[in-house]
Amino acid sequence: MADGIKDKVAILGMGCSKFGERWDCSAEELILESFTECIEDAGIEKKDIQAAYFGTHIDEINVGKGGNPLGETLHLPYIPVTRTENYCATATEALRAACYAVAAGAYDIVLALGVEKLKDTGYGGLPGGASFGTEMFLRGSNATAPGLFAQLATAYAAKYDMSMDKIKEAIAHVSEKSHANGALNPKAHLRRAVSADQIKAAPMIAYPLGLFDCCGVSDGSAAAIVTTPEIARKVKQNQGLVTVKALQIAVSSGEEEAYTNWDGAHFVTTRRAATKAYEEAGIKNPREEISMMDVHDCFSITEFVTMEDLHISPKGGAYEDVMNGFFDLDGHVPCQIDGGLKCFGHPIGASGLRMVYAMYEQLLERVPAERRVKRLKYGLTHNLGGTPARNVAAIAIVGRE
Amino acid sequence: MAGICSYGGYVPRYRLNRGLIYQAMGWMNPANIANAKGEKSVANFDEDSITMAVAAGTDALRGMDRSSVQGIYFASTTMPYKERLNAGIVTAALGVKDQIRAADFSGGIKSGTTALLSALESVESGRANNIVVTAADSRLGKPASPQEMIFGDAGASFLVGRDNVIAEFKDSYSVTYDFVDHFRGEFAKFDRQWEDRWIRDLGFMEILPEAVTGLLEKTELKISDFSKVVYPCHYGAARKGLNKKLAITPEAVQDNLQEQVGDTGCPQALLMLVGALENASPGDKILVISFGSGCDAMVFEVTENIRKLPQRYGLSGSLAKRADLDNYTKYLVWRDNLPADAGLRAEEDAWTRWSQLWRKRREILGLWGTKCKKCGTVQYPTQRVCVNPACNATGEMEPYCFSDKRGTIASFTGDNLAASLNPPAIYGQIVFEQGGKYMFDFTDCDLESLSTGMSVEMSFRRKYRDQKRDIAGYFWKAVPIQKEE
Repeated sequence: MADGIKDKVAILGMGCSKFGERWDCSAEELILESFTECIEDAGIEKKDIQAAYFGTHIDEINVGKGGNPLGETLHLPYIPVTRTENYCATATEALRAACYAVAAGAYDIVLALGVEKLKDTGYGGLPGGASFGTEMFLRGSNATAPGLFAQLATAYAAKYDMSMDKIKEAIAHVSEKSHANGALNPKAHLRRAVSADQIKAAPMIAYPLGLFDCCGVSDGSAAAIVTTPEIARKVKQNQGLVTVKALQIAVSSGEEEAYTNWDGAHFVTTRRAATKAYEEAGIKNPREEISMMDVHDCFSITEFVTMEDLHISPKGGAYEDVMNGFFDLDGHVPCQIDGGLKCFGHPIGASGLRMVYAMYEQLLERVPAERRVKRLKYGLTHNLGGTPARNVAAIAIVGRE
Repeated sequence: MAGICSYGGYVPRYRLNRGLIYQAMGWMNPANIANAKGEKSVANFDEDSITMAVAAGTDALRGMDRSSVQGIYFASTTMPYKERLNAGIVTAALGVKDQIRAADFSGGIKSGTTALLSALESVESGRANNIVVTAADSRLGKPASPQEMIFGDAGASFLVGRDNVIAEFKDSYSVTYDFVDHFRGEFAKFDRQWEDRWIRDLGFMEILPEAVTGLLEKTELKISDFSKVVYPCHYGAARKGLNKKLAITPEAVQDNLQEQVGDTGCPQALLMLVGALENASPGDKILVISFGSGCDAMVFEVTENIRKLPQRYGLSGSLAKRADLDNYTKYLVWRDNLPADAGLRAEEDAWTRWSQLWRKRREILGLWGTKCKKCGTVQYPTQRVCVNPACNATGEMEPYCFSDKRGTIASFTGDNLAASLNPPAIYGQIVFEQGGKYMFDFTDCDLESLSTGMSVEMSFRRKYRDQKRDIAGYFWKAVPIQKEE
């Protein structure tokens, strides 16, 4: 009987590029930036890497398909490089594949690296295209990501009979808190604190989401090198280990889109993946045991409902927790401790690894005091790819050995 | 007995006050002030003659058995396709059987009545029954032209058959002349016309009476036998003259809708006939005359069945569903008369893959989903494995049509990022009253008027226009039903 990934894999090193509108950089420079930091941190040489998983999402721009862009940029010596793609869970999938390769005993040291060069689209937001196949051109709505996720708000308001003003108040605080955290992080794209009033007064992007309810669109790359705890202990003799506690993925069954049992106000996938992840990590009471989180705040409303879907806030209770500062940097379970997608933007192929990087640097106490988290047991990351009705949720939990 | 079994009407929601056109373009043609009265109906950015014909046809088929339909005759001078049977698209959208005859009637604007006559005579011959005749037009006049003011957009439809006839077809008389009052060449976008005085004094005052006289002589009827006389003619003075010349009493004159809709082309006489039928009583005789490259004149006699016709929008219901189009430039953009920037996102190229559309034709054009024979769950899009987690049966699906079902709004948004000619792009999740759900674009609504729980009905619309390849693509949208005050 399989008993999960807990403590079978250690993170030997991580790297994260500066995120932002990197007009001077192509994917190659971004790859090199995260990889250089990562391998220096790991304390090994390139030739020690036995396999690699490469996360990229968007085919229309960026580097195209396959594992070649990574192998050829770094001149990896003919090792297996496999592209992983699973919407916004792409980078977490690269990490999951790398961890499984190590846990299976197939390799000792494996690289997971994600990159997305988004800022060659020529316009704001994510590029369109056949992301759900060519048939959606025939029957899909004229939708963009903000509008798809904005519907969580109208559905949530209907479900809990909550006024839109009240929801706007809470999601404004979600973004205000993330901006405050991002302002402290030198690698973040957006580094300006924004007040709740400014957030509420911003131009409407997709009702009821305004500009500050939407995450940025950025270029970026992040990487991890994973190995067995035994090897990690040998390589890192003077340092505590960060090990993987859980890696879970849940993909929509089609019920949300076509069956009438879904209210449109929550993520079925996140709930399922969270339950399994806590089970895998041996966490009984996530509200108390999770120390910090970086969740998929593509939009403030996504983060808002995710607080309930991760079983941190009770159902219908996100408003109270958010407004009480439960998720603020000095709150009980600080969330978006690095600024989140809100401030880092969302280079899709890199985001999941960037989130794990935020946990990793906290767990190793490498961050300055001003943005340090108080409790350092479990760090949880969460990605949500696709749309509320058709998506993939990914959860990673890392912690000290 | 052949005749009309039911009628349907469609006038697009948006109405443009002609004064707004004059404000914008009157400087160029001050004499156009004579036409700047009332309002004209304007097809939404996602409407064209096909979608309006489907809307009118849907209305005509309300409460009727779609599976009994044996023919679809579509009349228009503004068909989106020269090759690709436009009536074939209408057929797929109306959810009737594939084993029917469908035809496009075009050319002169009297082709609307010609389609109706053809259907009536097919039924009379005994070789066919239950033919849907549907006509729609969206003709364009150049900015500052009289036609820009005068023309309006609409559709009208009849189910023609021999069972439960509400208006019996008695007889007809046609004249055909190559009288070129208006024309459009092969590649013309805009209407061209010859001098008004000639159209009025020769066309309306001589050709139309010839058709009427011919029919009266043939049927041995007098004009006073008719409770309503339907004929299109937007010239006020000519209408007065014709009424006098033909001895049509004021009570018998059917309103030509010039003040509310405009001259709609192919559907004009048919739409006016819908108006006449809405107020008709059993025993009434109605005279219908079309005009355009000649005339078709027809006699109908209303039967007792008219009292049993199920409720429908018709003309009056469509007229009541109105909203101001308070912006002339919006009209220009919607009709592609003013190049407007919808952003780079609007320039993304996407191919219509015809072989894919062929496989999915029922799903896309007819909004057919599936119903599980095991558990009864209805679902869209078409599923192979039942979506009900308690069932999950494989290969147990039968077709199920959603296009005639109502739903409610479960969630919605108004998206300013999406490229649209009518921003914000409004869309949301629709849960159908009888089961099934899907996310649709919404149309004919304003964001401010929406709320969750609101009812919607489905409407066939142009989903995209691929200008590079000259393709109009169609799908269904949700139209929120505004509660009457």
